[in-house]
Amino acid sequence: MTYIDLPPYAQAMGMEIDGHEDGIPIIAMDFADRVTGRPGYLHGGAIGGLLEMAGFAALHAELDRQGLDVRIKPVNINIEFLRGGIEQRTFAKGTVVRSGRRIANVRIEAWQGDASRPLAACWMNFQLSPKETPKL
Amino acid sequence: MSRPDETSAFEQFLRASGFDPKRWKHGAIPPGHSGFVGMRYRDHGDKWVELEFDWREDLVGDPETGVIASGPIISLLDNATSMSVWATHKQFLPQVTLDLRIDYTRAAVPHRPIIARAECYQLRRSMAFVRGIAHDGDPDDPVAHAAGVFILVEPQEWAKA
Repeated sequence: MTYIDLPPYAQAMGMEIDGHEDGIPIIAMDFADRVTGRPGYLHGGAIGGLLEMAGFAALHAELDRQGLDVRIKPVNINIEFLRGGIEQRTFAKGTVVRSGRRIANVRIEAWQGDASRPLAACWMNFQLSPKETPKL
Repeated sequence: MSRPDETSAFEQFLRASGFDPKRWKHGAIPPGHSGFVGMRYRDHGDKWVELEFDWREDLVGDPETGVIASGPIISLLDNATSMSVWATHKQFLPQVTLDLRIDYTRAAVPHRPIIARAECYQLRRSMAFVRGIAHDGDPDDPVAHAAGVFILVEPQEWAKA
């Protein structure tokens, strides 16, 4: 099980780790004005930010499981918006499809209430590189 | 959680004849997510819109380096591409994002504002095709490239009264 500190952006957006499933963190975000886009619905960017955080968290958990301490950089993301996000708590969880030496490929879904009815899905690709050795 | 008064003010702005991006500031009262990010109008043309927001400590994604999170960049590109459709149509159209792809070409430099420039390159009866970049000062050296599609929807599907 991995414990990560969510970055300032995630905390300011009200994201938190809601629990774990198979060792992978589920990130949750409550509905609030700060995540509202068109009236009554989640902003697409807020959904994107939540998906990315779940993607990072899933990859961190996988790298931890492998005992790897590497720097990770997002290369790209493609978000499909499947249905409008309503005024409810939203959850997101990633699945690491492949984690190699240089690249990791992650799929992420976000849902409200029923995980089998996702409101958004995405893939993200990450670049993995060795952490710079600290200068003495 | 219904806010009928604010919603109608927002809708009045959106439904006003024509669409003037200059009049947009956070779009809504209450400020919503674009207000949280601190988005501002910057410039626009016939088919394009520029928006920006300032670097802020609570928008940081990597506390070690101070690099901004990519979430607010997604939000800025989502808004700028969406508004580029309205700029092209010269009027507000109720629409939702079908998909949005973003390539992060480099990390943004901490403390610099992020600027998005987005254009609608095809406007069809039910779809709008958009693309854009985000940069931190030099449009020839973007931090991100975006491509997406918006679907036009019925007004009653768009927002909750």
